[in-house]
Amino acid sequence: MTQPASAYFMEERHDPNETHTLSVLVANEPGVLARVIGLFSGRGYNIESLTVSETESQKHVSRITIVTTGTPMVITQIKHQLDRMIPVYQVVDMTLTGRSIERELAMVKVKGSGDQRIEAMRLAEVFRARVVDATNESFVFEITGATSKIDQFVNLMRPIGLVEVSRTGVAAISRGPEGM
Amino acid sequence: MSDSKSHDANQMTGAAMIVRALVDHGVKHIFGYPGGAVLPIYDEIFQQGDVEHILVRHEQGAGHAAEGYARSTGKPGVVLVTSGPGATNMVTPLADALMDSIPLVCITGQVPTHLIGNDAFQECDTVGITRPCTKHNWLVRDIKDLPKVLHEAFYVATSGRPGPVVVDVPKDVQFATGTYTPPRKSDVHVSYKPQTKGDPNQIRKAVALMANAKRPVIYTGGGVINAGGNASQTLRALVEATGFPITSTLMGLGAYPASGKNWLGMLGMHGTYEANMAMHDCDVMLCIGARFDDRITGRTDAFSPGSKKIHIDIDPSSINKNIRVDVPIIGDAGSVMEDLLKAFKAEGKKPKIDPWWFEIGRWRARNSLAYKKSDDVILPQFAIQRLFEATRGHDTYITTEVGQHQMWAAQFFGFEEPHRWMTSGGLGTMGYGLPAALGVQVAHRDSLVIDIAGDASVQMTMQEMSCAVQHELPIKIFILNNQYMGMVRQWQQLLHGNRLSHSYTEAMPDFVKLAEAYGGVGMQVFKPGDLDGALHEMIKVKKPVLFDCRVAALENCFPMIPSGKAHNEMLLPAEANDDATAKAFAGGKALV
Ligand SMILES: Cc1cc2nc3c(=O)[nH]c(=O)nc-3n(C[C@H](O)[C@H](O)[C@H](O)COP(=O)(O)OP(=O)(O)OC[C@H]3O[C@@H](n4cnc5c(N)ncnc54)[C@H](O)[C@@H]3O)c2cc1C
Ligand SMILES: Cc1ncc(C[n+]2csc(CCOP(=O)(O)OP(=O)(O)O)c2C)c(N)n1
Repeated sequence: MTQPASAYFMEERHDPNETHTLSVLVANEPGVLARVIGLFSGRGYNIESLTVSETESQKHVSRITIVTTGTPMVITQIKHQLDRMIPVYQVVDMTLTGRSIERELAMVKVKGSGDQRIEAMRLAEVFRARVVDATNESFVFEITGATSKIDQFVNLMRPIGLVEVSRTGVAAISRGPEGM
Repeated sequence: MSDSKSHDANQMTGAAMIVRALVDHGVKHIFGYPGGAVLPIYDEIFQQGDVEHILVRHEQGAGHAAEGYARSTGKPGVVLVTSGPGATNMVTPLADALMDSIPLVCITGQVPTHLIGNDAFQECDTVGITRPCTKHNWLVRDIKDLPKVLHEAFYVATSGRPGPVVVDVPKDVQFATGTYTPPRKSDVHVSYKPQTKGDPNQIRKAVALMANAKRPVIYTGGGVINAGGNASQTLRALVEATGFPITSTLMGLGAYPASGKNWLGMLGMHGTYEANMAMHDCDVMLCIGARFDDRITGRTDAFSPGSKKIHIDIDPSSINKNIRVDVPIIGDAGSVMEDLLKAFKAEGKKPKIDPWWFEIGRWRARNSLAYKKSDDVILPQFAIQRLFEATRGHDTYITTEVGQHQMWAAQFFGFEEPHRWMTSGGLGTMGYGLPAALGVQVAHRDSLVIDIAGDASVQMTMQEMSCAVQHELPIKIFILNNQYMGMVRQWQQLLHGNRLSHSYTEAMPDFVKLAEAYGGVGMQVFKPGDLDGALHEMIKVKKPVLFDCRVAALENCFPMIPSGKAHNEMLLPAEANDDATAKAFAGGKALV
């Protein structure tokens, strides 16, 4: 391997990447989402999924759930960079706590007729997906679950006649009585 | 006073609130430039006498002046500019201040709220544009929020790791009337509470490492200057108590005196041999308020391979960012050093490190800052040394531009106190030094303020000479005129086959005439023998001076660690012949 010429090209990236889910409590003020996204794009971090919604309206607190990948050093950096933003109350690494529940909702549109419809319905039952719209030649399924479950469901629907998918991204919460 | 009376007294327009908040936060000077979207604020400024306004000639100048003001006083620098182009001209100083952790409060005018988003005249998305180059920013859409945001702005700019903030105020909010609430000590910010006190357990671990060190080194940075107060005194006491050698980054110069016996000189790309070798070979590194920048570490995988590293920093994101450390301590440098010093003394074990000092002595003997003197031409290093001698006994502040002259200033000017050295380190902004000197001089009217400049850099913000003349700020612009963008030329020589693409300063202005055209004083020197006399004259003049010091055109700045190389692969001046240089830089064109 040739030596990289500049210090900029030689960050130790030998560590394997990890995927982490971060819950971030923020003051719900204008621009806060732009700040968070700008941090990720500006510093070259990955966003696998990002969801945001106000969760405590009296206190103007929103909760952002971010799924990101990086080396352990980068993940730590991301958490510190988030934590030092002025409107950020708290950052919790749900993956490190190891006791979190992560769910995503997807709506999956499938087109087909005859056997394809029967197969689609059968699979939906197995995955506990609900039919939320139906025509003579299509279904829209609503499915919730871990990201991997939804990926699997979508993959199975593909050969049957997958038209499109809309996913919410991951929401996460810890188990047990304590909050963040 | 009855409630209703004080209520009346606190009824005012947004523009008046802004000026009132400045006064309440102890602001004596602001730097700015008027325009349509800030006229109500300028009208308020006109009608009061508490805050002095310094009129610059370009908003970038206001920003750098405020940076110089802040760095030399420890107080936040305040800037007032108009919407659109006023705000975009501020982007460079904001980015500069963010990189170098300088507290700035910048107030920008904005088009009226009902026009926002309509491509109104002189509208730009100021909070959008400045979001990545501020610590935080606000657009105030409602007069009710204005007092709170203004107080918050000062709090955020100055607490924790300092930085620049922007408050964008639409013109209708400046005109609107509301109730002003003064700042209260008890105001606590809901989500931003930086930790200042170090964890005693971590401090114990640090002391254990220090007490058993054989080859320790203290590596300090801008954080010690930021910590203000007694931090620099505590650092000196810590060095005294431990007997450890100490080096500093460009940003931390002056925290420990250059004349101190444990001083190794600056470290990093253009640092001394002894400082870099000590960093490379140490067994315990105590880093205080520095951020392991790539100018310091060189090759990260070869950076100080055998050491245990202790890192004191107020910003957790500085820790383990570039270099993994063994004992992180989050907190204010001043407070943590005090606790560390107490704990170290209590431990009562001062390690014996004579062999280490002996080794350092051998590195020192290499005399890595040596250069060939000449009777015919002024060597830039010599010019700085003479300047340093000439300013001894004066109350001196130094600013710089960016380039070789900046590095020579860092190497050859001895700083004895903190807050005396203002330079653009992180962003490396040419054009910083002249306006920064203005800001310093505003804060220290009777002191000697010198911008050590390059002939290319100084032309970037030259127009502020006019501001200096207007406000009777007798700054001294000492130009090391090598007729090149020397630092660029140096890299082209070392890395690009000596093809000097666009690095020659063609059509050089006559700096003497230029100074006179502005109403300042111009001076010019060619011969080493004339230098001292001219310097004394420059110092005596009570007007802004442009000093055109003609120096050897092709001198290069050494020592140098080619980027991407390890500390012990340093190129020394004596060895910088063609062969050694070619080898040192082999394959390194992608370097930054
Ligand atoms: C042409 C050129 C060449 C350069 N060459 C060199 C060189 O050879 N050597 C060199 O050293 N630099 C050099 N620099 C400068 C370099 O780019 C960096 O700006 C500099 O090294 C950073 O200094 P620092 O680590 O002290 O960090 P700063 O940027 O000063 O950061 C301060 C650190 O301290 C922390 N901090 C802030 N306040 C506190 C507090 N109260 N308590 C504790 N911690 C605090 C911050 O969080 C931050 O981590 C050069 C620049 C230019 C333009
Ligand atoms: C605004 C800006 N543009 C470009 C650069 C890149 N740059 C770094 S040093 C330098 C040359 C500086 O020349 P001069 O001011 O004459 O100083 P010298 O190196 O000759 O001492 C340049 C162009 C920069 N740092 N800042």
